[in-house]
Amino acid sequence: MSEISLTIDGREVKATKEMTLLEAARSAGIHIPTLCYHEKLEPYGGCRLCIVEVESRGRSKIVVSCVYPVESGITVRTRSEKIDRIRKMILELLLAHAPDSFILNDLAKEYNADKNRFEKEASFCIHCGLCVRYCAEVKKKNAVGFIDRGIRKEISFIPKIAAQECWNCKECFPLCPTEALQAAYVLVQGLTTAEPAALLRAVE
Amino acid sequence: MPRINSPAELEAYRNTLVSQRDPDKTCITLCSGSACHASGSREVAARFQQEIEAQGLTDQVEFRRTGCHGFCERGPIVVIHPDEICYFQIKPDDVPEIISETIKEKKIIDRLLYHDPATNEKIIRESEIPFYKHQGRIVFGSNGSIDPKNIDDYIAIGGYSALAKSLSGMTPEQVLQEVKKANLRGRGGGGFPAGVKWEGSRNAPGDIKYVIVNADEGDPGAYMDRSLLEGNPHSVLEGLTIGAYAIGAHEGYIYVRQEYPLAVENVNVAIRQAEEYGFLGENILGSGFDFVVKVHRGAGAFVCGESTALMTALEGRAGEPRPKYIRSNVVGLWGRPSVLNNVETWANVPLIINNGADWFTQFGTDGSKGTKIFSLVGKITNTGLVEVPMGTPMKDIIFKIGGGIPNGKKFKAVQTGGPSGGCLPEELLDLPVGFDELTKAGSMMGSGGMIIMDEDTCMVDVARYFLEFLTDESCGKCVPCREGMRQMLKILTNITKGKGKEGDIELLEQLAETLVEASLCALGRSAANPFLSTLKYFRNEYEAHIKDKRCPALSCKELIAFYIDPEKCKACTVCARKCPSEAIIGGKGLIHIIDQSKCTKCGTCFEVCPPRYRAVKKISGEPVPPPIPEEARIIVKERAQK
Repeated sequence: MSEISLTIDGREVKATKEMTLLEAARSAGIHIPTLCYHEKLEPYGGCRLCIVEVESRGRSKIVVSCVYPVESGITVRTRSEKIDRIRKMILELLLAHAPDSFILNDLAKEYNADKNRFEKEASFCIHCGLCVRYCAEVKKKNAVGFIDRGIRKEISFIPKIAAQECWNCKECFPLCPTEALQAAYVLVQGLTTAEPAALLRAVE
Repeated sequence: MPRINSPAELEAYRNTLVSQRDPDKTCITLCSGSACHASGSREVAARFQQEIEAQGLTDQVEFRRTGCHGFCERGPIVVIHPDEICYFQIKPDDVPEIISETIKEKKIIDRLLYHDPATNEKIIRESEIPFYKHQGRIVFGSNGSIDPKNIDDYIAIGGYSALAKSLSGMTPEQVLQEVKKANLRGRGGGGFPAGVKWEGSRNAPGDIKYVIVNADEGDPGAYMDRSLLEGNPHSVLEGLTIGAYAIGAHEGYIYVRQEYPLAVENVNVAIRQAEEYGFLGENILGSGFDFVVKVHRGAGAFVCGESTALMTALEGRAGEPRPKYIRSNVVGLWGRPSVLNNVETWANVPLIINNGADWFTQFGTDGSKGTKIFSLVGKITNTGLVEVPMGTPMKDIIFKIGGGIPNGKKFKAVQTGGPSGGCLPEELLDLPVGFDELTKAGSMMGSGGMIIMDEDTCMVDVARYFLEFLTDESCGKCVPCREGMRQMLKILTNITKGKGKEGDIELLEQLAETLVEASLCALGRSAANPFLSTLKYFRNEYEAHIKDKRCPALSCKELIAFYIDPEKCKACTVCARKCPSEAIIGGKGLIHIIDQSKCTKCGTCFEVCPPRYRAVKKISGEPVPPPIPEEARIIVKERAQK
């Protein structure tokens, strides 16, 4: 396993070739904020909060550190005026949907984000996909998935699978950065307990 | 059906075909692309077949249904060879006359000819019509002469000779070098050099590699790929097979939209015929090279035109782009090196192989070689598909070929590059169309859509419209694209409704920065272009909407009002009778007025007011003058004079 070295925030960091920038930074104790990242899951690149500036061969570009592979000799900056400005905007966009999320509010303080910048449209889910991916990749059950696309995209439990698998698992609950998942799950749970046969018919 | 086992056999077969075809025999071609289907081409075709038989001409006259000729504004189009007599907008009832007059008597039917509005002359030959005369149709030209369902037509004009040349006389490396030297850039949007992409795949490790045709053309108003795939599917298959040979792929896919039924049908027919002839399958033309092609129908998501989303969809999963920084020509479909090019790009390949890179590079600018097909739509006289050498000034395309703006209106802007392209103003009409030139101007080539807008188009509303389209089509995976566009669309909608606030432009600019810099794929990264380019060139319109609550183009409904000028109203009562919401108060001999509380701003009164009066006015940013008092409404003076 060959080791390479790169510079992150002025510090020389050693990394192995298959690491991403985020992994290299974390291994060196350098913090980069994330929402959709989880070490047990494939990088998703959805929240875009972990953007950093990479300077390579005299050119600077913004990349997403959770998927960008480390390269020898590059210079990485995890904070800059521009990075902070974009992170602030991302947080403000998400706070319109989940204004009470602890994780978002903590980050909002750090980046001076205004939770009232955009009109509230509380849907709670911020589409990080942690529950969906955890259920698919770790549990291999696919009891929860995304439906529709774009601004209509939602997470949804598949009642037929959920009724059988979720009772004894619920491992996705603590992953949710906005506690929205729990609400969705409880909703389906309520539905399945009340009229399980009718709901199953509706699904089929 | 013959199976052709070597380049020599192909040449012999071609010679036989050509010798059997008498170039002087009368051949009637009828365009049968989707656009002409819509205007009744199928019925016209049936009538021709029936009439040729009825008038006893089956042996003397050949009838051929071809692909799209491009001049869709005037379809269905009939061209009678060898004299090249061109008739437009043919109805089934015109057919008996065409047969008895033009075919039998050699007489031209005047009323079916093209009438040039500029010179007021009738033009007989297709090549002399301005729409065609100023084009350079090297890729699209054969569409008008071959029957896409008949492989012999393609072979007769030299089809599959580039494949034969590649397989028998060139190494894969030589093929690759020729395409690289030609500097063929991707016609689907990004403009990435195809040769470089191919080389990356060729050099990537792995035995299994793929070539893919991107026929998921989704830009509103763009249909050049559809027309190529419908009208000349073999040229795409031939290009794809050559590409497969160059990079070492043995499997190819055509990802085509479900909404293109004729393209799906024709390409499937073409694949079957190519397999029968031995241009696809095992041991192609005796070379030992194997290659198969499968057709995959897309389910209608715009984002699936993005390369990684397309590949994810091909794998059978929801079409979302991948976040990876590794190019798909190295790690693509099922993790294998995969070359994806769009329909038009593949169709250029046989031409480059047959004629050489030097021939190809004689067309175009320094950075953009060859030709490009554009779809000319919107407020333009000649709607249709045009192919011009790269570097042709925009104004030549719009005015010389497109015939300018109809109804005496003024040109305002051209949107190039599809929904994520940009709007370019009149000052840039001299701009040569090329990948780099358009990008520098704040727009892009995209796949070649050109939407022409006239003075009645509101540029803020245009930005809002395209953003609405993209918001609808975003996959929703990344925050900047999903949430950024959601907010941009809200703000733009408010501005067009007269609810814009100070600071909206700045907030839109910040959202645009987030989209451009932080989005996952090209859809999000370019989604701000319609806003950014209209702001750059038409900032005054944004300011008028926000500050003065005025729409300078008099287009945004919430910001305009209709008003009848009492000095001009002659009480003809037309507007009052046509108003669908009974908002016009009037009567015989009375000056009409509009009840603003009932008016829905549909614009009917404005349209029906006779041009000699022009009494109905559209106003914006100013209060509607109060209605004149009832006693003053009687038109006395006029009566007295009469």
